[in-house]
Amino acid sequence: MMVTPLVEMVGVSKSFSGNQVLHNVQFEVKKGEIHALMGENGAGKSTLVKVLTGIHERDSGQIKVNGGEVHFTNPKQAEARGIVVIHQELNIIPHLTVSQNMFLGKELTYGRSGILNHRKMKALTEESLQKLGVTNISPDDIAGDLSVGKQQMIEIARALATNAELIIMDEPTAALTEREIASLFEVVTDLKRKGVAFVYISHRMEEIFQICDRITILRDGEYIGTENISDTSFEQVVKMMVGRELGERFPARKSKIGNIVFEVDNLSSKDGTFHNVSFTVKEGEILGVAGLMGAGRTEVMETIFGYRKKDSGSVKLNGKELKMRHPNDLINAGVGFITEDRKSKGLVLGSSIRENIALVNLKTVSQKGVISNKKERDLVENLIERLHVRTTGKEQEVKSLSGGNQQKVVIAKWLGINPKVLILDEPTRGVDIGAKKEIYSIINELTEHGVAIIMVSSELPEILGVSDRIMVLHEGSVTAFIDREDADQEIIMLAATGGN
Amino acid sequence: MKRFITNNISILGPFIGLIVFSIILGIFSDSFFTFDNLLNLLRQISVNALIAFGMTFVILTAGIDLSVGSILALGSALTAGLLTSGMDPILAIIIGLLIGFVLGAINGLVITKGKVAPFIATLATMTIYRGATLVYTDGRPITGLSDSFSFQMIGKGYVFGIPFPVILMLIAFAILYFILRKTVFGRQVYAIGGNEEAAILSGIKADRVKIWVYSITGMLSVLAGIILTSRLNSAQPTAGSSFELDAIAAVVIGGTSLMGGKGKIVGTLIGALIIGVIDNGLNLLNVSSFYQQIVKGGIILLAVLLDRRSK
Repeated sequence: MMVTPLVEMVGVSKSFSGNQVLHNVQFEVKKGEIHALMGENGAGKSTLVKVLTGIHERDSGQIKVNGGEVHFTNPKQAEARGIVVIHQELNIIPHLTVSQNMFLGKELTYGRSGILNHRKMKALTEESLQKLGVTNISPDDIAGDLSVGKQQMIEIARALATNAELIIMDEPTAALTEREIASLFEVVTDLKRKGVAFVYISHRMEEIFQICDRITILRDGEYIGTENISDTSFEQVVKMMVGRELGERFPARKSKIGNIVFEVDNLSSKDGTFHNVSFTVKEGEILGVAGLMGAGRTEVMETIFGYRKKDSGSVKLNGKELKMRHPNDLINAGVGFITEDRKSKGLVLGSSIRENIALVNLKTVSQKGVISNKKERDLVENLIERLHVRTTGKEQEVKSLSGGNQQKVVIAKWLGINPKVLILDEPTRGVDIGAKKEIYSIINELTEHGVAIIMVSSELPEILGVSDRIMVLHEGSVTAFIDREDADQEIIMLAATGGN
Repeated sequence: MKRFITNNISILGPFIGLIVFSIILGIFSDSFFTFDNLLNLLRQISVNALIAFGMTFVILTAGIDLSVGSILALGSALTAGLLTSGMDPILAIIIGLLIGFVLGAINGLVITKGKVAPFIATLATMTIYRGATLVYTDGRPITGLSDSFSFQMIGKGYVFGIPFPVILMLIAFAILYFILRKTVFGRQVYAIGGNEEAAILSGIKADRVKIWVYSITGMLSVLAGIILTSRLNSAQPTAGSSFELDAIAAVVIGGTSLMGGKGKIVGTLIGALIIGVIDNGLNLLNVSSFYQQIVKGGIILLAVLLDRRSK
């Protein structure tokens, strides 16, 4: 006997102003399974979820929930039928308490008086968190003070409080520490045993193979296939996603490592987030920087770059000590910094590709403060081509580019200064697998020209696949330097958690 | 042609609005489309336009300057004081402009180094500068200013039949247009308003740029004030009250976003023209000034609502 699937989507199509985003897509989720939804950026994953939950209306096709056809026109209706989405940008109001967040929009009152029944809401919050096995969150905690991992637990608890049968999670682990990821997976597998189904959207292949039962792959808005995780492989999934063999995940390195170019000596932060950080990077070398969330990796880089105030310590380029009053000092010396958060710190989203790339290169494209249109155009077009930015033209707003292409614009603007040292903080976060490989190739190419690279990453496979040497931070101190040949995930994790 | 339109889409609406208002007033009033009236109109808007040009820079950095009217008054009063003391008018005017620059720089310093929100910082200095004006003038107008040709010229003179304030406004417009469009400084102004953190991390000294922007605005405000002083042949302690509102209105009607990073100075010129056309036209039609305010407010609202629509 066939079991009725929880959700069944057949022949779903959707287009926006003539642009076909979903084409005859099918998707099925069974009760109590964890189903990965994968595809490159722009493959149609989020549109599919939005069509399912009623944010967008489908043009054609059928959607059934528990066997009955549905036509949701807003997410509330989907929620009433047990389908809840937890977005990457969590829907938490930071100034409110945990229980206020839990009951946001559905507050409990004494009868119909309009007076809030705080006691009952707190008790119910406590109860639902306990059901999840979460004991370290109090209903009275201010949500914004909690870690991202805990905030996510609040969202899951909130979803369960509405009797969700299907929880759709979009990149749930992007901002979590390893430990938080482990406890998230515990909660998820536990709920799965109780019959809750999950749709899991992520670019992190390791996680998908660790936790999911089945996987559905989309490419360019088309349905490519659904596989049991146990019957498929890493390589096959990648091939289905990009439509061709991608070859080695990390392209081969052939740079020659030269003399020390960049030295950081006993650097400590003003606010105490890190102390006495010292390291060197050689010409053509990639120094990987690993550590848990909160270890101070980003803070170290922002301080080196003159964006945060240092307490003591120095930074030398080719033996010469650099001033660190403003990022401008470092840029002039030939240091580039690709920030962790490209949307809030890397790009002027409302401006064009041209303006963004020109931003750090204004001196190069101008004379006595007046910008030369020709010089600017040449520089920008050259870089767009060099990095294969997929765009309608240099005047396109960066806001409308995919994550991978946005990241390429950020890299492009820094290549314009011909950096001697390039710091990359999470260079492939939120970037699809094809663009990831392109970014690795660019990094390799730079090292071949002798650029010294410092790469911060939370993805251990990336750290291991790309770095020549690995520096590990733990609670603001360097705990280890490991050569690539000697490194593996366990050694790094041990150092990152403070072991030896 | 198509590219020209897409590049200028943000000022297309205000431009059409200006044409429509002008045609309507032309139909109802015979004297609207006369050469003299149009020149008169340009002269009337020159004071507001000069302040609004500065305000455009401020708003592009996602700031606001409420103190422009008070800077106008204080700068004018001090210049008038210098003139009555017998100083060479040109020198007095230059010192007056520098005072405007310094008063603006103080705004910029409080905002950047003191990390005070622009609205609050300039609300405070607006009150302080106004108070200082009242103290300096003892609450009375300063009269008996210089009879010199150069001072009289500024507010009342004509060159080739064009009022001198209009020429000043057009020169300022040309310079500021060039700065925004073609210079590194202009690009930095846009970047700071678009995303200040990204701008700083791209090596832009945002504090310095902002201090300059407020300083330029202060200087333009005093320039506007000197035009007024010359026209009236006296400096009024209450001069420039609520001028900040007309300046902000011109910027907003001209399509510049109050969130910063997006806008054009051409838009501001059109915005100032729209306000001028309405004032002028309603005067010609003998509409009471009470009603004029309602119309003006309505148009600001309409401009912003249309702008929302198009996004």
